[in-house]
Amino acid sequence: MSQLPLEGHHVLDLTDDKGFLCGRILGDLGCDVIKIEKPGGDPSRRIGPFYKDIPDPKKSLYWFAYNANKRGITLNIESEDGKEIFKKLVKKANFVIESFPPGYMDNLGLGYSSLSQINPAIILTSITPFGQTGPYSHYRASDLVEMGMCGLLYLCGDPDLPPVRISFPQAYLHGGAEAAVQTMVAHYYRETTGQGQWVDVSIQQAAFLATFNAPWFWELNQVILKRAGAWRTGLTTGVLQRQIWPCKDGYINFPVYGGALGARTNRRLAEWMDKEGMSDDFLRGIDWDTFDMGQVTQKVWSHMERLIEKFFQAHTKEELYSEALRLNIMIYPVSTAKDIAEDKQLETREYWLQVEHPELRESLTYPGAAVQASLTPIGIRRRAPLIGEHNEEIYNELGLSRGDLVILKEAGVI
Amino acid sequence: MAKVFEGVKVLDFTWAGVGPITTKYLADYGATVVRVESKTRPCILRTTPPYKDAVPGVDRAAYFAIYSPNKYSVTINMNHPKGIELVKRLITWADVVAESFTTGVMEKWGLSYEEIKKIKPDIIMYRTNMQGHSGPCCSLPGTGVNLVGLTGFAHLCGWSDRLPSQPYGPYTDSIAPRFGAAVLIAALDYRRRTGKGQLLDMSQFEAGVNFLAPLMLDYFVNQRVADRVGNYCPYTAPHNAYRCRGQDRWCTIAVGSNDDWQSFCRVIGNPSWTGDGKFSTILGRKENELELDRLVEGWTIKHSAEEVMALMQVGGVATGIVETIQDLFQDPQLKHRNHFWVMNHKEMGPFPHLGQAAVLSETPAQPRMPSPCLGEHNEYVCREILGMPEAEFDQLLVEGVFD
Repeated sequence: MSQLPLEGHHVLDLTDDKGFLCGRILGDLGCDVIKIEKPGGDPSRRIGPFYKDIPDPKKSLYWFAYNANKRGITLNIESEDGKEIFKKLVKKANFVIESFPPGYMDNLGLGYSSLSQINPAIILTSITPFGQTGPYSHYRASDLVEMGMCGLLYLCGDPDLPPVRISFPQAYLHGGAEAAVQTMVAHYYRETTGQGQWVDVSIQQAAFLATFNAPWFWELNQVILKRAGAWRTGLTTGVLQRQIWPCKDGYINFPVYGGALGARTNRRLAEWMDKEGMSDDFLRGIDWDTFDMGQVTQKVWSHMERLIEKFFQAHTKEELYSEALRLNIMIYPVSTAKDIAEDKQLETREYWLQVEHPELRESLTYPGAAVQASLTPIGIRRRAPLIGEHNEEIYNELGLSRGDLVILKEAGVI
Repeated sequence: MAKVFEGVKVLDFTWAGVGPITTKYLADYGATVVRVESKTRPCILRTTPPYKDAVPGVDRAAYFAIYSPNKYSVTINMNHPKGIELVKRLITWADVVAESFTTGVMEKWGLSYEEIKKIKPDIIMYRTNMQGHSGPCCSLPGTGVNLVGLTGFAHLCGWSDRLPSQPYGPYTDSIAPRFGAAVLIAALDYRRRTGKGQLLDMSQFEAGVNFLAPLMLDYFVNQRVADRVGNYCPYTAPHNAYRCRGQDRWCTIAVGSNDDWQSFCRVIGNPSWTGDGKFSTILGRKENELELDRLVEGWTIKHSAEEVMALMQVGGVATGIVETIQDLFQDPQLKHRNHFWVMNHKEMGPFPHLGQAAVLSETPAQPRMPSPCLGEHNEYVCREILGMPEAEFDQLLVEGVFD
């Protein structure tokens, strides 16, 4: 019988959308995660899209996706009773995750120093836009603001239009996933020493990872990279090199590499084009083993680009990708949600999970685990909680009677 | 200062983005990480610009160095029988073997999980590649730049009336390492308690789709295929990047609630257009968003991005500079957080390595060693880590076991 690595560990998850994913990952690894919402429900339940487009806090697909593998209670931690209950929960917990503005927990008397007195082994993970201290620590943020301040925004989009973000918010997912790793580091230390600690995560720094080597063009060469749309920035020659190409029914991802990395792909693509009568003497004459994108002139590249574009436009995404697979070359589709849903590789690896939603009387399809672990397989054991769904169960575990719960509900504590 | 992974040993065959970023967590928190590299086929990060002073060289590439502080580098000739033998000795030493090749490469060297397990029964093998080690596409070559297409991020980046924009770089390489490292640390903890190692297989495609999970649910439930919509937000406005004074300078403004809108109007001095009925409600602002954006930009263009951010933040509106790569090195918050670890690199001199995105109160990550030059630690790893006699090391050197 396999066992999940973090089975038997308890997480109190106070986060909003800035930190959902952290608790989700700890839940995936086997923790019992208790999502704590304000009475009436977390405002993040208003984030769309919604099940059957019904804008109901119990039907947010965003909530579903990142709060699976969690139980849910409501608790007003600003009230005196709420604080006491929270402290009781902390006594038995291993992790607390929160994403309030810096200082908020401290002001309630629930900061790290208080929590560690109750439970020295507790790990408190705080996820904030810029970290707990520093000149921007109290700045207001959003996905768009974070994407701008981590440096990625400036590098994305068409040169004649404003810098642009990925249309589905990403920054908080970087923050949440980063927090999960850093929390695991603290956990490993706690398991070997018994000592808990405070993990202070900056979303700006987490999202910075998505700029890769770009910032160092400034540091080493004093060059400011610019957004280049479907083209590629950062080439030494300044040649505008295409990465995204239109095809018959959508777009293709095909960044041309030179040298050893690209030789096989380029040769086989050229042969394939030739077979279909879409090459020319110039393309046939290129020695792909020595072809170097770092040396190519704009004139040569423009000529090649015209031929390749014409070829792609004569084919569908599906035709190009399946032939690329047969030829073992690097031509990929620009997938839409539909393409991903129908992808053969994901299907073969049984990626998609069916998760029961009894309240909707159906099961929904979810993306599967990011890692297949041979001994400790990761999956979704329960759907995201409804508002206060596990109040009775969890407060009973804590020793509160049904009568207590009635009083606390009337008082607006739960 | 305590090191979390003191005594944890990692034999690291990974290359390109995902693997090295994953093992960076272990190295920065105190594990001994030995990168197995090759001079004949150096890691692509060592052969990608930018280079120090724009002079190419495997020890001058930032891309490799930023992810490699606190790591050792050995160059082993994997085509030499004694090279494989040396690797097998290192496997006996290691707790984790990490690799990120396409399916078949480790197998060709006789280093499949089954084989490695025979050498070290409790080994954790962490494998990551584009699409996992099973299924029809497991051997398809590619990079994270291709995966940006396959996972849907390219389709979702840009403006609805334009071609998709490729987000800079191998975007999914910034996603996969988080999932990978969390599971890898969990596996280390599991092994510490149970004595059992295991095989971890991470598909970067599968990890990447997790960052779009609600959109996949939207497709399965509502049959909606999400499209790129620029910087627009479905339920609020103004919400965009706006041109500021100067050369290609921009700031973001994200007005959420009606209170935010009131604050925004106050900051720009309540010009008469803000009182127009067209903009007083959220529905009105969404309906007239293009016009609203022009009016907002009419104000921002008169100010520097820094001024816009300072004024708006004082007024309580979420706003930020759209930082260029130059701005990032001057960002006072990143400085305050010690985001860059400047250490003296052997070939590049003082060089800002990438730090960690979190501060751990008891066990902060520490810069201990600059990124290694290619093969810098061949002798150290053999002599100090494996305890090899000098004569034996010299013999291996002569026989060409090091690449």
